[in-house]
Amino acid sequence: MSWRYRIRGLAVGVAALLVVAACGSSNTSTVGAASAKSAADMGGMSALVTAAKAEGKLNVIALPPDWCNYGPAISAFTAKYGINVTSDNPNGSSQQEVDAINQLAGTSRAPDVVDVGLKVALANTSVFAPYKVVTWGDIPDSLKESTGLWFSDYGGFMAIGYDSSKVPGGTISSVQDLLGSGFKSKVALSGDPTQSNQALNGVLMAGVANGGSLDDVSKGVDFFHSLKQAGNFVPTIGTAATVKNGQTPVLFQWDYNSLTHVKDVPTWKVWVPANASLFGSYAQAINKAAPHPAAARLWEEFLYSDAGQNIYLSGACRPVRQTAMKTSGKIDAAGLAALPAVTGTPLYPSFAQQTAAGAYVSAHWSAAIA
Amino acid sequence: MTAAGISAVSAAARPVRGGRRLPLSWLGVVPFFAYVGLFLLLPTVIIAAGSFTTKDGGLSLSNFSGINQPYLVKSLANSLVVSAVSAVVGALAGALLAYAVVTGNPRGILRRSVTSASGVLAQFGGVTLAFAFIATLGTTGVVYIFLKDRGIDIFPNGVVWLTELSGLVLVYTYFQIPLMLIVFLPALDGIRPQWREATESLGGSTWHYWRYVAGPLLAPSFLGCTLLLFANAFSAYATAQALISQGSVVVPLAISNLLTSETGRAQPGLAKALALMMIVIVMVVMVLYAVLQRRTSRWLR
Repeated sequence: MSWRYRIRGLAVGVAALLVVAACGSSNTSTVGAASAKSAADMGGMSALVTAAKAEGKLNVIALPPDWCNYGPAISAFTAKYGINVTSDNPNGSSQQEVDAINQLAGTSRAPDVVDVGLKVALANTSVFAPYKVVTWGDIPDSLKESTGLWFSDYGGFMAIGYDSSKVPGGTISSVQDLLGSGFKSKVALSGDPTQSNQALNGVLMAGVANGGSLDDVSKGVDFFHSLKQAGNFVPTIGTAATVKNGQTPVLFQWDYNSLTHVKDVPTWKVWVPANASLFGSYAQAINKAAPHPAAARLWEEFLYSDAGQNIYLSGACRPVRQTAMKTSGKIDAAGLAALPAVTGTPLYPSFAQQTAAGAYVSAHWSAAIA
Repeated sequence: MTAAGISAVSAAARPVRGGRRLPLSWLGVVPFFAYVGLFLLLPTVIIAAGSFTTKDGGLSLSNFSGINQPYLVKSLANSLVVSAVSAVVGALAGALLAYAVVTGNPRGILRRSVTSASGVLAQFGGVTLAFAFIATLGTTGVVYIFLKDRGIDIFPNGVVWLTELSGLVLVYTYFQIPLMLIVFLPALDGIRPQWREATESLGGSTWHYWRYVAGPLLAPSFLGCTLLLFANAFSAYATAQALISQGSVVVPLAISNLLTSETGRAQPGLAKALALMMIVIVMVVMVLYAVLQRRTSRWLR
């Protein structure tokens, strides 16, 4: 009896010692990780991998599994490094990601990394840690903060996705087509533009296609007002479910998100208007107080590696290192060929233009679609 | 051990008598008050404090002046109209249904099935309810397509009223009527048949009975229940969110929008000010409800 207790006591003691030792070793490396501005700061990639493996966990947030292939990206990361990824609130907004950083600060559940719209990235640099991935040089200067507080990861064009079996003539060749009587109760946005970045860009694109510009979103709001007047606008937020059940047969969405509907609706087509080829990108950033700082940095290295960028591409997202990878021949050619055709000149809305558009839409949206 | 247990029980049973021992009866309600404190009072305090605070942490009334924007005023008006209309429609239909049930056999199958169905349907709300309507009456719904194939278009000229305010009223009525039945049935049960007999033996007609006896007795309860339905609809969120997700048509949707916007509209202080305004409106309604219920219980028990 007493022997057994003694053995158990010994085992507990040994286990405790091991835990203390483990904490000790990970502490020395994580202190380094939390302030590391590159893999080199930690003594190279292998040191980063070791430290990240010691942490063993990574918290990500607002990554829908079918958005840019984040589901497979997470599985590949776990398979490669043996790090468990907790994916929280997959359908959350960029603002909710930053809110989670603030509200869960100091807990082990706080997000380590975020994938946010550029507007949210620019507005919240105070909660991010600067970091430059190994492939930093391949990211165009306009798509990153110079110290590495945020850096663009992928982007796409605002597209009109539609079920070709449900629209008149089976094809859409101009944005104005949508005002026709054949589109009664068919056209939707993928969010409320006063709330969602994707939906705001949809309105902005409609504006450009209707004689407006990146500086003047009012034409876009007017366009949706006309859609509403014609009885063509569906006030339900378009999702994979509404596309599948046919509630939203015409949907404004990023091309990479729209392409995911093809598996549910084989007649689904994705079209980028030539007179309004609006490009939008998202950005990665690391939580300054990340509970798993080394794993957070390793995740970024993974996403910006050739393999990670090709995972984005296979999800129809245009990876930020696309140009460099084309040059080096490392890009997945099949993925590149499957992207929707873009015939027009790409337009890149600036931060100021997005802010102005957001403010105008906030003030006028409810009235336009009421 | 045993002795202590007995004394605790007896102390709990007779808390008023004997001043030597601490009464333990309050222990039983601790979980209730802890629950109310954590999930009702604490959030209310957080909202109230937040609504007077600016983004920088200073005290200010600016959040309340921010409510005075056309789109927020409109969503408030929409909320009040939708809640009022669905409450009145629900109250009238529910009261008639309750009366029909009460006049039947008190242990009959009709009463038992209607009350148990109402118990379930009164709780049927949220996304499930919205989905049920979308799947039946929506533009891809079975009922809509069935009728359309037979030449009846329930959305004439392509106006899909289901995803507008009138649709919201219809969907809300779906849980308002059963709720009315549940809360109004006890009042109807309190009406004694003898009162009607007395009226008739004194030469009164049906009109006299309803005008001077049953009407005045039931009116406070009816009004109180209508107020309860109003508060019920006023605070509903998920149903509206699933049905009409554009344009923040009602206040709860506007609040959610102000909290989660990633395009620059996020203003937590303003959202909390709106929430506080809703709390005040519901509090006024509930106080009136309590007053009317007390009046009802004077006669009907």
